[in-house]
Formats: sequence, C-alpha cells, structure tokens
Amino acid sequence: MAKPLPRPTPTEQPFYDACARGELILQHCQHCGHVLFYPRTHCDACQSEQLVWQRASGAGVIASYTVVRRGVSADFEAPYVIALVDLVEGPRMMSQIVDVDFDALAVGLSVTVDFASWSEDITLPVFRLHPALDDDAS
Amino acid sequence: MAGSGLGGKYALIGMAESDVGIVPDKSPRELCVQVTLDAIRDAGLTLADVDGLITCNAFAEPIMYHAEAVAEYIGWQPRHCVTVNTGGGTTFMALNMAAAAIEAGMADTIVVAMADSLRSFMTREQAMVVQSSSGHPHYEQPYGPTVPAYYALIARAHMDEFGTTGEQFAEAAVSCRAWASQHPKAQMRDPISVEDVMNSRAIADPLKVLDCSLVSDGGAAVVITRQDRAKDGPHKPVTLLGYGEGHAYEHISQAKNLTTSAALQSGRAAYAEAGLAPADINLLQLYDCFTPALLIQIEDLGFCDKGEGGDWLASGISRPGGSKPLNTHGGMLSYCHPGNPGAMFGLTEAMTQMRGDAGKRQIEGISTALCHAQGGIMSSHATVILGVD
Ligand SMILES: [Zn+2]
Repeated sequence: MAKPLPRPTPTEQPFYDACARGELILQHCQHCGHVLFYPRTHCDACQSEQLVWQRASGAGVIASYTVVRRGVSADFEAPYVIALVDLVEGPRMMSQIVDVDFDALAVGLSVTVDFASWSEDITLPVFRLHPALDDDAS
Repeated sequence: MAGSGLGGKYALIGMAESDVGIVPDKSPRELCVQVTLDAIRDAGLTLADVDGLITCNAFAEPIMYHAEAVAEYIGWQPRHCVTVNTGGGTTFMALNMAAAAIEAGMADTIVVAMADSLRSFMTREQAMVVQSSSGHPHYEQPYGPTVPAYYALIARAHMDEFGTTGEQFAEAAVSCRAWASQHPKAQMRDPISVEDVMNSRAIADPLKVLDCSLVSDGGAAVVITRQDRAKDGPHKPVTLLGYGEGHAYEHISQAKNLTTSAALQSGRAAYAEAGLAPADINLLQLYDCFTPALLIQIEDLGFCDKGEGGDWLASGISRPGGSKPLNTHGGMLSYCHPGNPGAMFGLTEAMTQMRGDAGKRQIEGISTALCHAQGGIMSSHATVILGVD
C-alpha cells in the first residue's frame, strides 16, 4: 500500500508551491481577519471568499504530540512523532516533529517549521524543536 | 438544549446478536441478514410485521446500497429502507432516525441492523489503513497518523491540562475486562491489572495495546416501534426517553478543544429530553474505542467534574459491585469491536440488563441506562437515555 500523498486542488496548489520553495503560507480573511488552516475556498469563521495568502512566521508551539510506536503501514517506519502545532498566527495543524529526542518533547514547547520532500511533487511542512524561542520567553 | 422531541414515544421490543469475536464462517452481509431476522423473531414478530430497515455499510464488504442489498437478500421489500453512515456514532443516530421515520409515518416498525468483520474478512494492515483513512487526506494522513495516534494526542492533552496519568487511563481497560470476565461471549475474558496494561506493547505514547479496543467480527440488530404497539411482545419494552447529538468537527487537527468533546452537547440534550440527570442513571454504556475516549465521555456526560475522570475510574465505581456500572458486557475494549457496529453491543447489553436477563452480571433495580457513541475522532456524538418500568 502506497504512502498517502496530497493531490492538491487548484485552491490548495499555492500552499504546496510555497512549501516547495521553503515557505509556509496561510490564507487571511479580508472580511473578518481570521487566519485559516487548512486551505479553503471559504473562511471558516465568516464564510467569506475574500481570502489572501500571506507568508507565516513558521513558529508555533506543541498543542499535543505522540510517539507512534506502530506505524500505520510498512511505508512509515516507526517510531515517529505526530504532533498538533498551534502556529503563532492562530491556526492549528498536524505535522511531524523531526530529529527530536523523544524524552525532550512536551506540550507547550516552541517549534519552527522546516520542509521535507515527501515525493517527487510534494513537499510538506514538518517542525523542529526550537529551544531558543522558549529561552527568550522565560 | 432541545432534544429530538421523540422522547417517551418509542420503544425497543426486539434484539439479536451474532456470534462475536472471530467469526470467519459468515460475511458481514450474512451476519447483518442473520441478526435482522433474529431480532424480528425476538420481538415476537414476522418479517410481514416489520416495514422499515436501517443499516450501516461494512468496511470489510462495502455495498453501494447496503440496506437495499440486505433486504433483497431475504426477498423483503420494506416501505422504508436506508443506509446510515456516521461512523461509530451510527448506532444511536440510526435509532433516532428510526424513531423520526415512524413519527413521520414512513414506517411503523423498523429494524436497525449492523455488522462488520474487520478481523476475518480483512488483513490487519487493511483494517488499520481503512480506519486511519478517517484522517484528512491532505493535511493529516500524509504524516502517517494511526487511529491510536489520534486518541494519543487527546490523551496527552488531557494529561498536560489535568495531570491525568497513563495508569488512570488503564483503569478503564481494567474495569471493562472485569465485566467481560463475567460474560460468556466476551472476546477477551482473562482479568487484567493496571500493571498489565502499562506493561503491554506501546502503540502510540501514552497508549498501550490494552488501551485500544479489539478488532473483531460481529453484528447486532434491534427492533423499534411506537410505545403503544410495544406492550404485546414477549419481552419488557425498553423506552427511548431522551436523545441528543453533538457535532464539533471531523478532523482532530480542527478540534478547538482537545479535552472537552461534543458529548457535552449530546448529553445535555438527552438529559433535558428525558428529564433526568447523571445521578439518575443506573447503567452507563459508553464508547470505549480507546481508554481516553471513555474517560472524556465520563466527564462530558456529567458523571464527574472536568479533569476528574481519572480519579473516577480509579475509584472502582464503574466495576462489578460499583455504583455506576459501566460497559457491563466488557465494551469494545473486551467484548468485541467490529468497527462501526461497536456501539450496537452497548445497546443490546443495556436491553439485556433492562430485561433482567444478564445472568451473573445482572444489575439489580435497574430502571435507566445511558448509551453513548461517537464517530470520527471524538467528532460527532450521539447519546440515548433508555428507561424500563
Ligand atoms: Zn472571515
């Protein structure tokens, strides 16, 4: 069974194009100011279609995480870390946290985005711990 | 919070279960047919007395028009025939849709039947992949989350927010197994301890294999009709007193709150319609796909304060002899879990208890039960409150 890969719609394509050039972009609603993830045709706060892409900082904090010990299929080599990341711009996204000492993981830690090639056509955002951001905040 | 408006008017008069656990000799469709006919017979009726069928599709044998295929198989042309698919929550949503269909005059007596065979008619990898396909195809699945991983994210958030421990989640599995050890049909019957759970294989931290529900085959069906038609049957009718739904999101990464679910809304609506409170409930049949899901439902359905589900479970209150018996058949953690039909067995167990037919595990003086199920990843919730005279 092959690894599941996104097949971007025209609406979503700018997000994946940005990932491929190493940028995380998010839709901003021109009507209510809401910042969206995942990409949509309509704002999920006010249903407006006036959505404009803007580059995100790439910074966030871990809302939750798990170390997957048994992968979903042979295409995913366990262990790996699945996390929910709250971006500083507001939205929450699922991702992997890569190159991490599992014992160092905790809810609330700062992370920053990186990009990983998932296939010939698809690059996805992943995250790394960013202790310097936590030091600044304390 | 308004309920369905159907409370007190409809009753369950028949029920049936297939063999459960590992059942390789019948396909999901064949199991569904079997429990449909057995439930009608249990109600003291014949097929000619029943004019509605509601089913759920099966992962192991998907059929485009599932309910029609089941009716066709037995040469039945019911007046009302529909397939409902709201994942794990299907059982109680289908039950409410049956009551609503009778209320609307679309049928007089309806069978709700579900069966699947994740164990014998799929490989382990197929079962895992099909279940994890509930994840968002673009923004979740590519990262390789498993269904246990989704619930592990919820568990970790609860631990961080309320100090809940892995041992407290484990108590849910221990409680369900203690009940299953008293049920002759349960798939897993050997009692387990918190240590056994904690020492079992890690699946997605903090969840261990014994925090996860079983992979099973099985089916069950119930017959529902108007309260005034329910009196003549061979069994004590079980009345639907209240019903509620709550829908928060589909994908876990879109949850606004990881530790409080829409069981809060579904429970409030069901209690309001039944005119009952958590203290009035004699039996809890909750959705134990994973131990943290059970713990959060206990909180959101009002059996303890938010954040205290771990203490509630560790107190032993839900085990045999406790004052809030929970999943007295053993739940999906120990009785059986054939996928979407899982909550049907919580319903048939509630009916068995309310008829007084639960043998060794019978709860004395039972007059009310609360059954709850959810679809997705704590996404869509349905609560039903049952009563018996
Ligand atoms: Zn907006």
